Amino acid sequence: MGAYILRRIGQMVPTLAGVMLLIFVLFNAVGGDPALVLAGKITNKEQIENIRKQLGVDQPWYVQMGYFGFEVATGFTCTWRSFTEKPEPPKSDPKADTKAAPKAAPPSGCQAVRSWATNEEVPKILATRIGPTLSIMIPVLVLETIIAIFLAIGVAYVRGTLTDRMIMMICTVAMSISFLVYIIVAQYYFGFKWGVFPVQGWSDNFWKNMVTYAPLPIMLAIFVGLAPALRLYRSFFLDEINSDYVRTARAKGLSENKVLLKHVMRNAMIPIITNVGIAIPSLFVGSFLLESFFSIPGLGREILVAVNRSDFPVIKAATVYLAMITMIINLLVDITYKAIDPRVTFK
Amino acid sequence: MSAVLNQPPSVPVAAPLHQPSPGLWMLAWRRLKRDKIGMTALVVVIFFLLLMAGSYTGLVAKNWSKEVGVSYANPSFMAGAENLEAVQAAQKDTSAKVPFVDLSDIDPLAPKYAEWAKRTAEIKITDTPRADTLLFGGDKWGRDVIQKAIKGAETSIFVGLVAALLATIIGTVLGAISGYMGGKTGDFLEWFYNVFTSIPYILLILAFAAVFKRGLDTIIFILAFTGWTGIYRLVRAEYIKHASREYVKAAQAIGASHTRRMFVHILPNVSHVCLVQLSQHVVQFIKAEVILSFLGLGVPVDSVSWGTMLAEAQSELVIGKWWQLVAASVSMALLVTAFSMLTDSLRDALDPKIK
Repeated sequence: MGAYILRRIGQMVPTLAGVMLLIFVLFNAVGGDPALVLAGKITNKEQIENIRKQLGVDQPWYVQMGYFGFEVATGFTCTWRSFTEKPEPPKSDPKADTKAAPKAAPPSGCQAVRSWATNEEVPKILATRIGPTLSIMIPVLVLETIIAIFLAIGVAYVRGTLTDRMIMMICTVAMSISFLVYIIVAQYYFGFKWGVFPVQGWSDNFWKNMVTYAPLPIMLAIFVGLAPALRLYRSFFLDEINSDYVRTARAKGLSENKVLLKHVMRNAMIPIITNVGIAIPSLFVGSFLLESFFSIPGLGREILVAVNRSDFPVIKAATVYLAMITMIINLLVDITYKAIDPRVTFK
Repeated sequence: MSAVLNQPPSVPVAAPLHQPSPGLWMLAWRRLKRDKIGMTALVVVIFFLLLMAGSYTGLVAKNWSKEVGVSYANPSFMAGAENLEAVQAAQKDTSAKVPFVDLSDIDPLAPKYAEWAKRTAEIKITDTPRADTLLFGGDKWGRDVIQKAIKGAETSIFVGLVAALLATIIGTVLGAISGYMGGKTGDFLEWFYNVFTSIPYILLILAFAAVFKRGLDTIIFILAFTGWTGIYRLVRAEYIKHASREYVKAAQAIGASHTRRMFVHILPNVSHVCLVQLSQHVVQFIKAEVILSFLGLGVPVDSVSWGTMLAEAQSELVIGKWWQLVAASVSMALLVTAFSMLTDSLRDALDPKIK
């Protein structure tokens, strides 16, 4: 067990290096000169040169890569340049340079990576945005999984009948309508027309959020996620239903309910948990569509905003962080298999 | 899939068979023909593909960008409904023609007005007649919503098809190399795969969208380059299974090269996996394109897709103009439902376990 975990962590290192390489290539090579992106209308060569110097993109690529590696190693809480060149004014937003005078030099040399657009510290941005995202996504995942499991048992119970086929048909049709349409229509009716929920918004109070602002997005996400989940879970149940152990259970006179809920359920839970495990990392990104439609200040919306204004530091940091989270969660999911299924052995 | 074992390989064997036995594809086609839902779905999909071809060549929806109706023209089945926006627009036109205040004693241009008026009169202005109603309504600029939906279908289906084709090619080639070669090459490709899958998919797409410029080719590239991983996984598993089969060994014995064994001998035996994946990814990518275009990260501004239509429809719904939303979502839902059902039927038909 310990050896297995160690080996898995060892495998994460090259993958993370690969993620960093991909991000670096994307944003430093393909992304074009960030100074030009930032400078916008400025055509003054000197100013552009200045911006490039501030960002460190005047350095050769391997030096820039070193910078990036250092940033990742410190979790974006420190940049190499601020770390080494101690008496340096804060690396402020080049756009704001002309307007705001540089703030007082920080007490320590270490400075977090800052957003190009807002000059906020990137780790801080991400830390404040994760709360709203999780308060939407965790209820969604939990409720959706529970509802889908029970519906799937129900459908598996009536397998092959007209009801079963009708439900599957409805699921296929429901899945083919764009998430956008659901959001637009629901927001129009529930928020605008009938006024059941506020059209959009978010507050600082957790309970107020959960009671007034979150229900509509949560219900929408569950509603949309239910059709594919139901289809999938139904197939998991049907895969098990023809097994020998089910026949044995029936042969010894167990009721269909008991067979389904006790015997089939336990075995079908394994692929279901795999599936939920796959979904967990995307919890952290959240549904950027829901967040931008309902003005929820979450991570998904933040990333979308960053994409729209070419705020590369935010996207880079979010991507690296989320890749790390994904890898760790995948490991945890694999370990939980052992707890659920005693047949699993670690090699 | 494993039941391919029991069948003669569908690759034409050198020795002529006296009794022609149907291949995998023939059997699959026979099974598909018996599947009523699958055939209906196939007909719908073909209809959409023809529509796309027609729209591309300009046979249909050629004039989608012509402003043929009044602003937010009503659908013809609700001709009597109030259309405040059009009335307002018309009023704006007339109010502009109201004569101006007489300033002739201080206006230095006053002596020229008479001449200009005469010259204006010489120019004939033909107001394009704008229809009050269109078959299924018009958008803000009075463009026919149905024609827009057809044109939007062309963009969305084109993006979905080409991106899925590219993703399938990338996934198949990498999966084939990884599964067949194994060893160091396989490890490297596994690493590559792990890198792509350890970033949440949505984030990966957005990161790509952040650095590339907007455009049709870009969105196809982004979707294909981020969406190949699932196909890679499946194809790799198939190749690992097939690489040690006897027919591949036989091919080696007669001197077939690695490339030949991979793509001439094994590929036809795993191509059903690729086809189902292709079909599945078309659906997935059409949905993704719609969302990306909605967010303004997709198709360029001058073209129309279902996503840009939905983006317009969002604000139109508030003023009660629902037809563009319905046109875009119904046409999309129709195609995607048909494509998903076709995918399911294809999977069933190509599964040799089912007879």
